[in-house]
Amino acid sequence: MSTLSTVDESAPPTTPATPVGDDFGGRSGGRAFRDQLARVVMWTAFVVALIPLVWILGATIVKGGQIIASVDWWSLSQSGITARREGGGAVHAIQGTLIQAAVTALISVPIGVLTAVYLVEYGRGRLAKVVSFMVDILTGIPSIVAGLFIYALWVTTLGFQRIGFAVCLALTMLMIPTVVRSTEEMLKLVPNELREASYALGVPKWKTIMKIVIPTSFSGIVTGVLLGLARVMGETAPLIILGPYTAVIATNLFDGLMPTLPTMIYQNYSENLQPAIDRTWGAALTLILIIFVLNIAGRFIGRFSKVKS
Amino acid sequence: MAKRIDVKDLDIYYGDFKAVEGVSLTVEPRSVTAFIGPSGCGKSTVLRTLNRMHEVIPGGRVEGKVALDDQDLYASSMDPVAVRRTVGMVFQRPNPFPTMSIRDNVAAGLRLNGVKNKKQLDEVVERSLKGANLWNEVKDRLDKPGAGLSGGQQQRLCIARAIAVEPQVLLMDEPCSALDPISTLAIEDLINDLKSQYTIVIVTHNMQQAARVSDQTAFFNLKATGQPGRLVEVDDTQRIFSNPSEKATEDYISGRFG
Repeated sequence: MSTLSTVDESAPPTTPATPVGDDFGGRSGGRAFRDQLARVVMWTAFVVALIPLVWILGATIVKGGQIIASVDWWSLSQSGITARREGGGAVHAIQGTLIQAAVTALISVPIGVLTAVYLVEYGRGRLAKVVSFMVDILTGIPSIVAGLFIYALWVTTLGFQRIGFAVCLALTMLMIPTVVRSTEEMLKLVPNELREASYALGVPKWKTIMKIVIPTSFSGIVTGVLLGLARVMGETAPLIILGPYTAVIATNLFDGLMPTLPTMIYQNYSENLQPAIDRTWGAALTLILIIFVLNIAGRFIGRFSKVKS
Repeated sequence: MAKRIDVKDLDIYYGDFKAVEGVSLTVEPRSVTAFIGPSGCGKSTVLRTLNRMHEVIPGGRVEGKVALDDQDLYASSMDPVAVRRTVGMVFQRPNPFPTMSIRDNVAAGLRLNGVKNKKQLDEVVERSLKGANLWNEVKDRLDKPGAGLSGGQQQRLCIARAIAVEPQVLLMDEPCSALDPISTLAIEDLINDLKSQYTIVIVTHNMQQAARVSDQTAFFNLKATGQPGRLVEVDDTQRIFSNPSEKATEDYISGRFG
């Protein structure tokens, strides 16, 4: 320390720094400019991407906030209320959306997660390639085609009535590929060292997957499932084919049509009367709220699985 | 508790590629054997065949014999899972389970194999952490995540996790290469302590480390690039470092190549 300071003091004052040819401390003008330019482009892109989000949220809250702020909205159906009249609620549609989403998730999540586990942990050779290819095809199927397919199967071929459960089947076709793909990505992120550490303790492969691999990627899997669920809850096309809107409460998946928020939005939008338009916005805001609450819940589930530091 | 390892005429393949050929060596119980040699010469591969971990990589297989106290590890009746319960392993990079607390990490091997008795688990956790010289540093925060420890502590946690299942043999694949000198010293002291109970095989790139911790040293090398790796020479560590019988060993140790 002392020797260092003596050296410093005894050293002649350095000449004032002037930029010279081999000076590496300064920033070149061109690079600074490109840096600035990239910064501006990124911020612009960010703001541009944010505009529609804020706009949609703002518009929905402004136009639908009032109608959902009433007790009636959360406790009554539209039974006996015509498009001309105000009043009534959305309970029938909320219930329908929640029931259908829950049953769709109940079918899709196990199939999707197990398929992903097969593809990442076990899949080798031809079968795995075929499965992966099929999932890709399934991802690309337009939702209305899924609806038509189930209609052809359920109504035309098997001769059943259009019921809520048929809608769930169509939605399952749309949800499985998203669950498979997102779970696959999450499982691939689990470092191989963790699997090896578990094997080296004499833990069998299936238990390693159940107790190490899946818990490690759990919060990511939950997020993926919720994204899939959010997509499915807003899906409208197959519902128009398989489960048109009704105004009354229907909670039986296996008997009669089941109203949902997307079909409620679609129905009321086509009426072109002020009370119906208000209900359109109200139902839209309700759907956004439900998905928002689900995402918050997903965060909590994800956090719940971690050790607190 | 500790067992003897006998390797005889071992060839190791990945698919059609012969990675290592003709390895024969014996590891005495309660001793430390170090594997040294240049990168890619197959020492880690040989280590992994001692608990059948190389089979985790698709296409991995062996010809020849590996026996633990006369029990053939590759007999058709032998379950690889049972082999790994008997022969534990510590890896190059510390790899505690990120979803588990310190306590659960150490207890993982037993809990995942069905031990539920909390009192027994707590005893094992304390004994293993003491065995890995980590108890005093973590005893007040056993419920904190294992991934929150420093690198050296994590590696000792991994050693505690490995000895918690009471293996007969402990394999270590460059356990100090990701650690600073102080943590390395702690691990080396630990290896000296563990020697009284376990048969230890350690792969290392650090020749001073091999000289410090091991009783026996095996030098591996490639004949040429693209050729399988082979065991050049195995002998008492002192002999290998003072008067090896092979020229290649001497060249490697004196730093003339590799």
